[in-house]
Amino acid sequence: MDSTIYQFIALDLPPLLAALFSAIACAILGSYLVLRRQSLLGDAISHSVLPGIVVAFLVTGSRSTIPIFIGAAVAGICSAFLIEVVRKFGNVDESAAMGVIFSTFFALGILTMEQAAARNVDLDPDCLLHGQLETIFWYPPNDWATFFSWSTLGSVPAEVYASAIAAFLVIGFVVVLWKELLISSFDPALCHALGFRSDLIHHTLMVLLACAVVASFKTVGSILVIALLVCPAATARLCTDRLGVHLILSVVFACVACSTGYITAAFGPQWLGYEQSVNVAGMIAVMSGVLLGGAACFAPRYGIVARRRTGRR
Amino acid sequence: MAFFSESSQLATEFADAFAVMTLRAGFNTALVVIGTTCLGVAAGVIGTFSLLRKRALMADALAHSALPGLALAFILGSLLGIGGKQLWLLLAGAAISGVLGVLIVQGISRTTRIQEDCAIAAVLSVFFGAGVVLLSIIQGMGTGEEGGLHHFIYGQTAAMTRGDALLTLMAAVATIMVCTLTFKEFRLICFDRGFAAATGWPISTIDFAMMAMVILITVVGLQSVGILLIVALLVIPPAGARFWTNRVSTMIPLAGCIGGVSGYLGSVASALLPGIPVGAVIVLVAGGVFFFSMIASPTRGLLGSTARHLWMRIRIAEDHLLRGIYERSEQMASSAEPHPGVYLDSLALTRHWNWLGRLLFLSWCRARGWIEIRRDKMKPEEAPDREEAPFGTILLLTPRGWEQAGRRVRNHRLWEEYLTTFTDVALSHVDYSADLVEHSLSPTIIAQLEASLATRKGAAWLLRKHRSIHPLDGTPETRASQPENHPDNIPPPSR
Repeated sequence: MDSTIYQFIALDLPPLLAALFSAIACAILGSYLVLRRQSLLGDAISHSVLPGIVVAFLVTGSRSTIPIFIGAAVAGICSAFLIEVVRKFGNVDESAAMGVIFSTFFALGILTMEQAAARNVDLDPDCLLHGQLETIFWYPPNDWATFFSWSTLGSVPAEVYASAIAAFLVIGFVVVLWKELLISSFDPALCHALGFRSDLIHHTLMVLLACAVVASFKTVGSILVIALLVCPAATARLCTDRLGVHLILSVVFACVACSTGYITAAFGPQWLGYEQSVNVAGMIAVMSGVLLGGAACFAPRYGIVARRRTGRR
Repeated sequence: MAFFSESSQLATEFADAFAVMTLRAGFNTALVVIGTTCLGVAAGVIGTFSLLRKRALMADALAHSALPGLALAFILGSLLGIGGKQLWLLLAGAAISGVLGVLIVQGISRTTRIQEDCAIAAVLSVFFGAGVVLLSIIQGMGTGEEGGLHHFIYGQTAAMTRGDALLTLMAAVATIMVCTLTFKEFRLICFDRGFAAATGWPISTIDFAMMAMVILITVVGLQSVGILLIVALLVIPPAGARFWTNRVSTMIPLAGCIGGVSGYLGSVASALLPGIPVGAVIVLVAGGVFFFSMIASPTRGLLGSTARHLWMRIRIAEDHLLRGIYERSEQMASSAEPHPGVYLDSLALTRHWNWLGRLLFLSWCRARGWIEIRRDKMKPEEAPDREEAPFGTILLLTPRGWEQAGRRVRNHRLWEEYLTTFTDVALSHVDYSADLVEHSLSPTIIAQLEASLATRKGAAWLLRKHRSIHPLDGTPETRASQPENHPDNIPPPSR
């Protein structure tokens, strides 16, 4: 096998795949969040899963995926529930309720994490926050003949599998509950009147959101997950009025942001004659922001330029 | 011996803690504690306004967008050769990029179809991503000073110098002064923008002044609380204070106190235990106060409102039971046979309780001395010709119970009478409509009700014994069920 290709498959393909799968899961869920005007809930949940992850890590003492996943999902669901409680009884508006809950959860997470770090536990706060795409690599067989076998598939890094499972789970969810999601997102009153359980749909969405956030942890980190949830969906919102097109476009934008972000971060500095590569996850977020900015200016109907031209506001 | 050395060590530790808490552990430590406390107070005060203005999470976007500015300022400082850790340069960079972020949020939400919350989430994540990229570039530069920037993400007061603490203190005092002087204007803008504009106040200037205070506190607070958690200091104390009061003039000092206590405890903990992230401690203290308020506040807390709900439900159930017995007794009084009481099962036609509720509730009413409970000793087969079909528990009103029931039934009927006389509610609906209101009638309202009915029907009407204006067994729906010449009959309203 050619050494350049091998290097690509070993070093660049796994992080790229993991990022792409997370991006697909996040973009689809994010589309619904944006349409349901709950985009800050993604923000809130991605902050609040932190204590769950730290506690699960401290209890089991391992980085294995399943306990961490359970801890994070429990923390995420708890925070969604508490936000609801505070909003109902606290007489404050929803964003303030979110602010209270997610910052308290996040503070709890940081405190336990620092305590764990003080005891030389192998848990780096920056990795959970900023992602560590660079550390995912793969040792596939260095030969095309043995490359296409089942054992190769087994050696793919677990992060890729985790994000792939999340992506397929989300796609399956949307395909199965297409019309329920449609009606509860656009007309909650009609949904209620027709006897669909909109609260159940909401809770399922929250659980899936927690899953997607946790699966994306290793790749893009808890804060930059928000970029993948919100930016591609908002970009698609500026480009179309149809839900199906919206979902497809947001997935496309997310994938474009991921690949361009990855390429810019991994190879861009070298083209400029700079030795060090820069943070990939941050670059992906920047690229998704660039796409959103472009759409805000130049989208066919709802962009600023198009509106100026037609004289609409 | 071991015990003594241990206890003396404990005593020294305690003395240290006491010294820090009473500001006697060196000038620098005292300044840091005072500065952070004042920061908490100022954040609580200005946070109240931004919470009431429904801009609570704007500070989150602001703080996150400050990261690329910080990093660029660091790079600029290093390139100019004045060192990356010039505080004024860093804070200026943070302020500029933070303001840029807020402007972009407002621009997006005003000019495009994207909602404000979505714009906030997008801007904060993209700016933070750019900041992370710049941080990784700084790490590649190898200036050896980049660790200082991480303090801005999580917050650290241990490394604060005297100048840093003084800056924090001054910014906090300035904010508190501005908020005190412009209290009237800020309050106006929070509650009624339209009115403020109509009476000629410069609303955009006032709005800008408020935002400037938020920016000042956020940027200064980055150092001690950190980018990720500064929003909590602006949101949690006001949200906690909201539970205790409905007046903004009380809410502001209360929020200031909560913020101040959190800042004080956070900085003291940080002075004693250097490894502890201050921001997290501050936020957790504030969060603790918030949850305490949410549970314990008498007017709006969970416990208070649950107790009030429970008491209301008990009162409603009492009303229903007493009225049920009273009306049943009335019906049976018209039959020739004297009645010993009311069968519980005969009430089941109109009222229903589950077995636990029935057990608890009947004992409650007996404990209050309103009813007596007897068992019917006769078996069904012994009295086959008994007209009343059900057998079992018999409820008897005591004299006190009669008095209570009479009063409650009278309230019900007064309200029914009012509804039919003044508001044209149909007779078939009047029982239900009265039931919605009668449980919360205060003596004042009863007096008003009596007065207005007396003016319509004459004072003598009030002194009569009031019968129900609709049939109680639920079948025919006319007033005619009462004989025309009945002494209790109420004359139709004269129109």
